[in-house]
Amino acid sequence: MNEKNFPLYEVFLRPRNGLAHRHVGSLHAADDVIALQNARDIYTRRGEATSIWVVRSASIIATNPSDKETVFDPSDPERKPYRHPTFYEIPKEIGHM
Amino acid sequence: MEWSPKDHFEYLVRLADTNLVLGHRMSEWLGEAPVIEEELALANIGLDLIGQARSLYARAIAVNPDGRDEDDLVFLRDTHEYRNFLLVERENGDFAVTMVRQALYSIFAHLQWEGLTRSADTELAAIASKAVKESAYHVRHSCEWLIRLGDGTGESHERTQKAVDDLWFYTGEMFASDDIERAAIAAGVGVDPAALKPQWDETVSECFAQATLERPADGWMIDGGREGRHTEHLGHLLAEMQFLQRAYPGQKW
Repeated sequence: MNEKNFPLYEVFLRPRNGLAHRHVGSLHAADDVIALQNARDIYTRRGEATSIWVVRSASIIATNPSDKETVFDPSDPERKPYRHPTFYEIPKEIGHM
Repeated sequence: MEWSPKDHFEYLVRLADTNLVLGHRMSEWLGEAPVIEEELALANIGLDLIGQARSLYARAIAVNPDGRDEDDLVFLRDTHEYRNFLLVERENGDFAVTMVRQALYSIFAHLQWEGLTRSADTELAAIASKAVKESAYHVRHSCEWLIRLGDGTGESHERTQKAVDDLWFYTGEMFASDDIERAAIAAGVGVDPAALKPQWDETVSECFAQATLERPADGWMIDGGREGRHTEHLGHLLAEMQFLQRAYPGQKW
């Protein structure tokens, strides 16, 4: 198996109407149509889905792990605790939020 | 035309045997498929077919109880008692042979299941309603692969065309009828296979055209599966499938 003939795809399933598609895993396939069929065969054997999305993994634009400090550190909850709604008094009547 | 429970049994067992044997062929791909994704697809198809066969055996036993159960039918009949189409007992060969065999059969099976959803045998009609959805997927999967293999590289085209040429003369048997089949049709239980031919031709031709595969001429066709005259391949298949029950009679899981 090689990346040229059997590229990698990411698989997303929507379990029920109204829910969002969720990433469940990946697979290799000859092309888009076969990828969708393989996703059906691999990830929906027990009625897990009402909808399947597949996308070429290469088409996903991802953050670079080496960029972590610049991208994520500024929003570290330790540094910016005020971005978390923990400074409000919640009236008793509301109960759990 | 006379129609006895024994004929009904025979008609159902023919359907069951073809699906069982092809289902077993699919199981032979386990651990051998070109990629793991496809291995699971082949196993799924095999499980669908074996599931269809089990429902048909159970129904056959219900219409004509003769003391045998599903296991007896599957594990204790010899080649000459099997009633499957010769096409499905052919060895897996390479992936192209497996996919061509699957497409040729599944296109037929899908039309047959579709017709059987209107069977006068309501149990059979119920089995068909479930199976028709499965066979629709088998057609889709195998035809998509035929297109990719036939219209792929020089080598994949050559191998796929060879598989088509080699298997073609096994396809005529699917559309032939004998007395039992004619009686089943007259009783409203069975489907006339000859009536399925035009639609089968059309679907096969569409698939082949996209796959750039040449459709062989309809020359002499072999038959014999209905009468239990099989190729040498079925004996080897049964030897493996039946080994446990033959060596340890009555052994249970």
